[in-house]
Amino acid sequence: MIVSIASGKGGTGKTTVATNLARSVGAPIQLLDCDVEEPNAHLFINPSFESSQTVFLPVPEVDEDRCTYCGKCAEICQFKAIAVVNQNILIFDELCHSCGGCWEICPESAIIQGRRELGIIEKGQSNGIEFIHGRLRVGEAMSPPLIKQVRAYQDPQKLTIIDAPPGTSCPVIASMKESDFVLLVTEPTPFGLHDLKLAVGAVEILQIPSGLVINRSDLGDDAVKKFARQKGLPILMEIPFDRQIAEAYSKGEMLVDVIPQWKEKFLELHDKIRHLSKNQTLNTKH
Amino acid sequence: MKELILISGKGGTGKTSIIAALASLAENKVLCDADVDAADLHLVANPQVLSRAEFRSGHTAAIRKSKCSECGLCRELCRYSAIDADYHINPLDCEGCGVCVYFCPEKAVDFPENTCGEWFISDTRFGPMVHAQLGIAEENSGKLVTLVRQEARKLADEMKHDLILTDGPPGVGCPVIASIGGASAVLIVTEPSLSGIHDMQRVIELANHFKVPAMVCVNKFDLNPDLTADIEAFAKAEELTCLGRIPYDPIFIKAMVQGQTIFEYNNDSRAGHAVKEIWHALSKKLNL
Repeated sequence: MIVSIASGKGGTGKTTVATNLARSVGAPIQLLDCDVEEPNAHLFINPSFESSQTVFLPVPEVDEDRCTYCGKCAEICQFKAIAVVNQNILIFDELCHSCGGCWEICPESAIIQGRRELGIIEKGQSNGIEFIHGRLRVGEAMSPPLIKQVRAYQDPQKLTIIDAPPGTSCPVIASMKESDFVLLVTEPTPFGLHDLKLAVGAVEILQIPSGLVINRSDLGDDAVKKFARQKGLPILMEIPFDRQIAEAYSKGEMLVDVIPQWKEKFLELHDKIRHLSKNQTLNTKH
Repeated sequence: MKELILISGKGGTGKTSIIAALASLAENKVLCDADVDAADLHLVANPQVLSRAEFRSGHTAAIRKSKCSECGLCRELCRYSAIDADYHINPLDCEGCGVCVYFCPEKAVDFPENTCGEWFISDTRFGPMVHAQLGIAEENSGKLVTLVRQEARKLADEMKHDLILTDGPPGVGCPVIASIGGASAVLIVTEPSLSGIHDMQRVIELANHFKVPAMVCVNKFDLNPDLTADIEAFAKAEELTCLGRIPYDPIFIKAMVQGQTIFEYNNDSRAGHAVKEIWHALSKKLNL
């Protein structure tokens, strides 16, 4: 089973929920941190990393001896990554989406495969949790191809927990799609609610069963709860604001280590997710 | 004209609440919300929309069943596995590269332009504002960010305003890169947590990479004074200006719930005094 943790708004507690859920449920489990722009889960899980792999995207390079400057490659490229001006060909490889159009179209086979570094993927272990994260190279714009590579580590024999990035655009879709359940984490504030609505919209497009965790649940107002009721979005857990929790978080300490009673609550959360993903999937099929 | 972008790396450090507070203090400025993926500034600024326009960018392929001979070439060439065995293209997987459109021997693939969102020029009680909303699950957020920044500059030029205050997105990827390129400076709003520091370091690296001067302020500093000191030491070692510290103060949420800035909610709060000091230092630094 694959459970993605998403939110819309940043800083609502996705990583807190993902890491504590993983720690509470235990083996056989894997945690994939797909927030490759700003991965943070390792700061709490403290895995010992066993391997690190640099990940590349194929981009075009030109064999100038073969190129006749016919301009077909520039014509097919939708991303303006190739420009041909008179007897010059310029490649802006940071704009390339690796679609392969230029390789396919070049009549002279003058386009050779170069590569652009996307970032690294690191893999490790901690307390029975298999941990994998991607780290986007600083300066690289495109995170979805790296997210896809992190997700290639999904192991169907294990419960897979995915820590998704904030927002609702392509990196979030790449992290959530084909999950069995999306756990949305929000805070009961106007910003939290506004971005939650967007995240719910994304989950609806993907048609994945979902539920809600309300973090810092005693701050703000009750508009998030009203929205959840209207939408039939089940509230699976509430975490009140507690300075002890905030201070533990700041030091990279896990909630279930600082206040062990929370382990029971995260196990309950896991049960609810299992139950809901089965029922809601049945409902959508009928 | 000066263009200041608030970024943070990590989400939820307080960028939008702080930019709303700065909007209360600054004069002759244009507000700009470049967090087009999950824009929130309008929830406090309460803009009256003066003009709106569709944001069109990129294309999505669609196979016309009546013309398709199911030869399989498109499925073979598509690097995004966007075409299923029934020759249906999943728009969420389609990258808009046009390879299937070009190579289809039956010319059976349509390639309409996408409408990915909407952008607005508005009036607010703080002055003019340029903002946008990217459609859910859409792409090209970087291009929409570039567009709202261009429009904000145009507006500031026309109105002879000397400052653009821009709310940036979290992360270090495409929308952030589009937000900071060519800006006068970025103000990094961080928080004293291991995550906050980790993400701040990456965003400082990004600002250096694109040669944009960066400044730092620490929000909720009293949640971990030791880490706050570490952040400031790190920033100093990187030769960045530390503009100040803001205490953890529930006024930010109380004001947000009322749709107000912290100064509108209560002009005499601890956080408010800290933000005023930061604004003072910022004005000096930017020669406003």
